[in-house]
Amino acid sequence: MLTEIFKGLSITLRELFKPPVTIQYPEIKRPVRQRFRGRHELRRYADGLERCIGCALCAAACPADAIYVEPAENTDAERYSPGERYAKTYEINMLRCIFCGYCEDACPTDAIVLTDVYELAADKRRDLIYTKDMLILPPPSGKPGTPQQVAEGSYPRSILPEGLVSEP
Amino acid sequence: MADLINLFIDDVAVSVPKGTLIVDAAKRADIDIPVFCYHPKLKPVGMCRMCLVQVGRVKLDRGTGQPVLDANGSPEIAYGPKLETSCTTPVEPGMRVITNTDLVKRAQKDVLEFLLTSHPLDCPICDKGGECPLQNLTLTYGPGVTRFDYADKQHLDKHYPLGELIFLDKERCIQCARCIRFQDEIADDHVLGFYERGRKMQIETMSTPGFDSKFSGNTTDICPVGALTTRDFRFRARPWEITNVPSICPHCPVGCNISLGTRRSAKGGGEWEILRVMPRQNEAVNEIWICDKGRFGHHYARSQARLQKPLIKKEGRLVEATWEEAFSLIADRFRAANGKAAGWLGDRVSNEDAWLFGKLFREGFNSAQLVNRPHVAGLDLVARYGVGVGTNLGNLGQGDVVFIVAGDVEETAPVHMLRLKAAVERGAKLIVANARETKMDRYAAISIQYQPGMDTQTVYSLLASVSNQQSAISSQVAKFAPSDNKIKAAGQLIAEAQNLIVMLGDERPYPVMVQGQYTDAGRALAQACANLVVATGHIGKANNGLLPLWPHNNTQGVYDMLSAQGAEALSGEVKALYLVGTDPIGEGQNLPPTDFVVVQELFLTPTAQQADVVLPALAWAERDGTFTNAERRVQRYYKALPPTGQAKADWEIFRLIAEKFGLKWSFFSAEGVMHEIAAQVAAYAGLDYVCLAETKEEWPPVGTSSDLYFGGTAYDNRGGVGAQTKSLFEINGRSELKWIEPPPPSGQSIEPRRLNRPGTLIDQSAIYEVRLRAAELVKIEA
Repeated sequence: MLTEIFKGLSITLRELFKPPVTIQYPEIKRPVRQRFRGRHELRRYADGLERCIGCALCAAACPADAIYVEPAENTDAERYSPGERYAKTYEINMLRCIFCGYCEDACPTDAIVLTDVYELAADKRRDLIYTKDMLILPPPSGKPGTPQQVAEGSYPRSILPEGLVSEP
Repeated sequence: MADLINLFIDDVAVSVPKGTLIVDAAKRADIDIPVFCYHPKLKPVGMCRMCLVQVGRVKLDRGTGQPVLDANGSPEIAYGPKLETSCTTPVEPGMRVITNTDLVKRAQKDVLEFLLTSHPLDCPICDKGGECPLQNLTLTYGPGVTRFDYADKQHLDKHYPLGELIFLDKERCIQCARCIRFQDEIADDHVLGFYERGRKMQIETMSTPGFDSKFSGNTTDICPVGALTTRDFRFRARPWEITNVPSICPHCPVGCNISLGTRRSAKGGGEWEILRVMPRQNEAVNEIWICDKGRFGHHYARSQARLQKPLIKKEGRLVEATWEEAFSLIADRFRAANGKAAGWLGDRVSNEDAWLFGKLFREGFNSAQLVNRPHVAGLDLVARYGVGVGTNLGNLGQGDVVFIVAGDVEETAPVHMLRLKAAVERGAKLIVANARETKMDRYAAISIQYQPGMDTQTVYSLLASVSNQQSAISSQVAKFAPSDNKIKAAGQLIAEAQNLIVMLGDERPYPVMVQGQYTDAGRALAQACANLVVATGHIGKANNGLLPLWPHNNTQGVYDMLSAQGAEALSGEVKALYLVGTDPIGEGQNLPPTDFVVVQELFLTPTAQQADVVLPALAWAERDGTFTNAERRVQRYYKALPPTGQAKADWEIFRLIAEKFGLKWSFFSAEGVMHEIAAQVAAYAGLDYVCLAETKEEWPPVGTSSDLYFGGTAYDNRGGVGAQTKSLFEINGRSELKWIEPPPPSGQSIEPRRLNRPGTLIDQSAIYEVRLRAAELVKIEA
C-alpha cells in the first residue's frame, strides 16, 4: 500500500518542477483566438466619415434585442456618414448582448465589428449601455471627426467604394 | 348577383361579377398575381407588366358564333400567342387563366430584372424597407441575380421636395404612376405628372406651392417603393420597430380610422412618441385614405407646452398644486355655488367624458346648466333624422342623390369629398347649393348658387318643387315655389331619388350666447333640411337622412351624452363655471360673470390663463375612449402613449371630484362608463367595448397578412370598425314637420371653416405650419 502512495506522490513531485498552466490575470493576459468575439466598435472610412448609416439592420438581426438605433438625415453642412442617413443614436446594451456577431453579419457597410476586448465589467448597470460615443473609433490621424462640412453633392451614395470591398 | 361570370384560374373555378378584372378574380380565389402599378382603388393602366398571365378564351365558330367543341364535347380553349396583363383584362365566361407556368414565371423574373435596372437597392436606408412591395415581390418572384452592370445604374436626385411635406427619391421610383393616378382619380387635384421619358422619366409637381393637395400623404402609403416619403416620418425608424395602435382621427367629423405608429425615441427624451399616422382600412368610413391634417396633426399629444400638473391661482398667479388641493378647492367652491354652477364642454372630448361630466353636474353640483361648445344648430334634428343604420357612402350609386347645402365638404370633412366623388362616378347624383363655388361643384349634377344668406329659402324652394302634397307646412312652403329652372331640375332629381342624403353645412353665422341663451342662427336652415328629408320620406333607412358637417370629431357624441343627462340652457346667475376642452376667450368671446372658473385642458389657453383652477387632461392618444362621428358611428380608440406629467383622463377627473361629493361611482375604466351609457341612452343601447372592437373582412384586402403587393403594415384593421347608433326616428318612429320662417340675410360677414385653419391643437404641429400659413382667408356673407 505504501508503494502506491509514493508512486502517486512521485507524479506530484514531477509536476512541481514544470511551468504552470494558469495565467496571472490581470497582470498577464492570454492572447485571444483569431475569431474571438468581444466588445463592438463602430468604424470609420479613411476620410473620417462614419461607416454606420443608421439602417438598424443590426438591431433587427440582434436575437437579444440589445441594440437601439435612431437615424437622422445628413446634410452637406453637417455630414456624419456618406449618403442620406446616419445613426444619431446608437446604443448597445452590453448586459443583454450575447456576442453572437449577427450584427456584424447584418451590417451592409461593415460599420459594426466585434473586437477582441472582453474586459467589460462595470459597477453600474447604466454604465453598460454603450453609446455611440463609446463605440465609435476616433478618426484616422490627421482626419477630421464628424460632423464634417463637405462640398455639396460630394457624397450621394450611402456606401463609399472602399466599403464595397468586404474587409477582414 | 345576376351577372356572375364563371371562369377557371389555375384550374380553380371562380365566380365573379361581370367586369371584374382577372387580377381581382384571382385574389378572390386566394391566388396571388403580383402587381406594381395596379391598385384596387385606382383604374388599371397596365404600365409595369408585372401581372402577365396566360389567358385562354373559348374558341367561337366564326360562322355560327357558337363555341367550338372538342372531342369530349367541352368548349375548345384558344390561348393567346402572348401573355396578357391581368390587371387590364376583364373576365369572360369560360376563360382559363394560368398564372404559374414557366412562361409566366420567366416573364415575372424578366419584368423584375428590368424594374431593378435603375433601382438603387438602398433598402437599408429606405423608409419603405420592410413593408415594400418591390422588396416582397423581388424575394418571391424575382430572379435573384441581374445581368445588368451595377455601375450602369441611373443616378438621380434622392432628396427632392415635391412639396413642403412630401419628398421624392427620383431613382427609387419605378414609374407605376400610382401617386399621379391617386391625385387625378381619387383626390382630383391634378398636381403631379411625369417629366422626361424612358429611363429618365420622373415624377414632377405641377402646382405652386408644390404638391398642393389636402391628401398628399396618401401617395406615400400607396407608393410601392420608397420613392415618396413624408417629412414627418422620413428616417425616423424602420417599419418593424414601430408599434401600431388603432385609433380614431381627432380632428373632423368623418372619424377616419387611423393607426398610430409609436416607438420610444431618443429624440423625444426616451419617451414613447407617435412617429407616424397611417390610415387603417374601414371601407364604411375612410376606406384607406386620410387627409394631411389627420396625418400630420398629431404632434399636440407630445407637445412640450402640455400642462403637466394642476394649477391653482394664488395672488393673481397660477401656481402648481397637487390634485388633492385642486379637488378640495373645486369641491368647496361648487358646493358653495349651491346649484348655481354651469359647465361648458368642448366637442373634442370622448363620449365617456361627456357622460360623466353631465352626471357630475346632475348628481354632484346639483345643476343641469350644461352647454356643448361650439354650439351648432340642428344637433337634435340630426339625432332624430340622421342617416340610418347601415349608411355607407361607399355604397351610393345609381338612383341615389346627395344634397349639400351651405357647406364645403372638402374643407370640413375632406374624406367625405373623396367618397362622394367616387359615388358620383358610380352614378349617384350630387346637388350642391352654396353661396360660393366649392370643389364639390365639379361633381355636381346641379349646382345652385344662392345669394348670401338665402340658404334656407333655397331649401324650401327645392322642397316646393319636389312635392305639392298637403302637409303641416305645405302652405308655407308653397310660397317659395321656384322660378329657377335649376332648382326645378334639382327637385325633379330628389323626387326620383331612391335614397337621399342631405349634408347640412354650417356656412351661417354661429349661434352666439346672449344672456345664457343661444341665438337661433342656423336653426331655420337645419329645420328646413330636416323638413326636406321628412317630407320626402327619406329617413330611418340606410343611406337616407341628414349627414351634418359638424365642426369637430365628437360634436354629435357630446350632444347625445349631454342631452341624455338632461342638459339645460344657462338660466340666471352662475357662481362657478367648469370649462372642459374649450377656449371661448381665445375665440374672442366672453365668459359669463362668475366667481370661480375651472378649466380642464391640454394647454394653457387664454381661457385657462383666466381660470382659478387649471386641471391637466390627457390627450386622445394617451387614453381609451369612443368618438361618435357625423354618421353617428361610435368608434373606439386605444391608448398609444403613456400619460404626460400628472395629467389624468377627463372621465377620471370627474369621478375623483364626484368622490368629494360623497358619490360612490364604480367606474375604473372608460369601458365601465360605456356600460352605463349603453344602459341609459336609448341610441347607444347594446354597445360595449367588445362589440366596438369587432372587425370584419374588408374588400379589397389591402395590407393584410396575405397581401404582398398593396403595401403598408398599418392598414390592417385590428381595432374594430365601430357600430352605428340608431337615429331617434328608427327607435320611436316619430317624425314631424315644423315651420320656422326663414330669416332674411343677416348681412354678417363670416369666415367659412377651412381644414387648414390655425387652432390650439394643430398649431403644435410645426411641420404643418406652412399649410396653415398658405391657406388663404376667405370671408363670405351669410
